[in-house]
Amino acid sequence: MLTIRKYVMAESLSQAYDLYQNKNNTIIGGMLWLKMQDRTVDTAIDLSNLGLNTIEETENTYEIGAMVTLRDLELHSGLNTLTGNAFTACVKPIVGVQFRNLATVGGSVYGRYGFSDLLTLLLAMNADVVLYKNGIVNIHDFVKMPYTRDIVVKVIVSKNNGNVYYTSFRNTKTDFPVLTCCVYHHDNHTGACIGARPGKALDFVMNEEETVTDYANRIHESCPFGSNMRSSASYRGKLCRNLTEYAIRQLQKGESSC
Amino acid sequence: MLITITLNGKKITEEVTADSLLIDFVRHHKCFSVKRGCETSNCGLCTVLLDGKPVLSCSLLTCRVNGHSVQTLEGLQEEAKEFVGFIANQGAEQCGFCNPGMVVNTIALLREYPDPSDEDIRQFLSGNLCRCSGYESQLRGIRAYLDFRKGDAA
Repeated sequence: MLTIRKYVMAESLSQAYDLYQNKNNTIIGGMLWLKMQDRTVDTAIDLSNLGLNTIEETENTYEIGAMVTLRDLELHSGLNTLTGNAFTACVKPIVGVQFRNLATVGGSVYGRYGFSDLLTLLLAMNADVVLYKNGIVNIHDFVKMPYTRDIVVKVIVSKNNGNVYYTSFRNTKTDFPVLTCCVYHHDNHTGACIGARPGKALDFVMNEEETVTDYANRIHESCPFGSNMRSSASYRGKLCRNLTEYAIRQLQKGESSC
Repeated sequence: MLITITLNGKKITEEVTADSLLIDFVRHHKCFSVKRGCETSNCGLCTVLLDGKPVLSCSLLTCRVNGHSVQTLEGLQEEAKEFVGFIANQGAEQCGFCNPGMVVNTIALLREYPDPSDEDIRQFLSGNLCRCSGYESQLRGIRAYLDFRKGDAA
C-alpha cells in the first residue's frame, strides 16, 4: 500500500527539484505505477501546475511536456500525421481511455520500463529527453543512465524522424505487450527498435546489403529475449522476426500504423 | 490539505489527507455508484469524469483534483437515462457491479464520438472489464440506442 505523508503542488521546477533531492520524496506522474508499490513517501511532488501538459510545435520539432497524457498523444493530429498514426497505434492498446487520461509521458519515459510501448517508439524516433539539471540527453543515452534524481521536463521529437511504423503483440487486448516493434527509416538508414523482450527496447540498424528477411532473421538470432508469464524467450524471438519483417514491408509501402 | 472540489455540481470544501484517493472522497460523499474493483488501475469500475474526461478515481489523489469538477453517475442521471434501458434490454447488466463505470464511460464515448462505429465503441470501452456479459450484449445495447436515436432524428 502506498502511504503519502505530505502533498506539494510544485510552484516551480526549481522547488520540485529541491524537494526531490530528499530520497524519501517522490515525483508523481500519472501515479499509476507508483500506486502499485508498497512504500511510504514523505512528500509527493505534483508537477501538474507547471504548464508541462502541452505539446508545442516548432519549425522542426514537437516538444511534448512531461505531464502530457498518453491520451493526448493518441489524439494529437500533428504527431499522428507526422508518424502515420504511430503514436495512436503505440498507446491505444494500453489498458483503457480512463487509464490513458492519467498516465503521463514523463512517468513513462522516466521509468524506462521494459514493457513500455512509448519508449520503443521514442527510441525509433531518436527523440531527445530534456532533464531539468542535465539538459538535453538523447533517449538512447537516457535509457542507459542510472536513475538520478533529475526531473524529465519534456521530450523532443524531430519532424525529420517521423517515418516510422509501430506494431506490438499482446496475448489479450489491454494487457502488457509480449513484444513491441517500431521500425524506422531516417538519415538514410533503416532500423528496428524491439521492446518488451521483456527488457528495455533495443535498437538494431539494418545493413545496406541485407534483405528484409535476412535482417529480421539476424535480429531474431542476436536480440536477447527473456521469458516471463506472458511468453517464452523462444516465442518472443519468432514473433520478433515476423513483426520486424511485416513492419518493414509496411513502412516500405507507406502504410499507416493504424 | 484543504481542498475545494465541485462534485456533481455541488462545491465541497474539505480537509483531506495527502494520500486520500478520489474514490474514497466521492464515496464519503455518498456517491456509491463508484466501485472499488481491481485496485490495479485496470477494471474501470471506479470511472468518474474529471472536467468531462473519464479517469480512474482509484488512482487519483484527491489533492490533485483541488479546484476541478468531478461527476459520478449520480450527477449524470439525465444523460444516462437516455440509453441504459437499451443496455438492460440486451441483458448486458447482469450482476450490475461494473455497470456504473461502463455507463459513465459510455457517456464520455458518446460526447466524443456522437456516431461511433462498433470498433470505436469496443476500443473506448476496452478499459471497462465485465465478467458476466462477454461484452457483446453491451455493444448490442449501445448500437440499439444509436440506431433508435438515428431513427428518431430522421
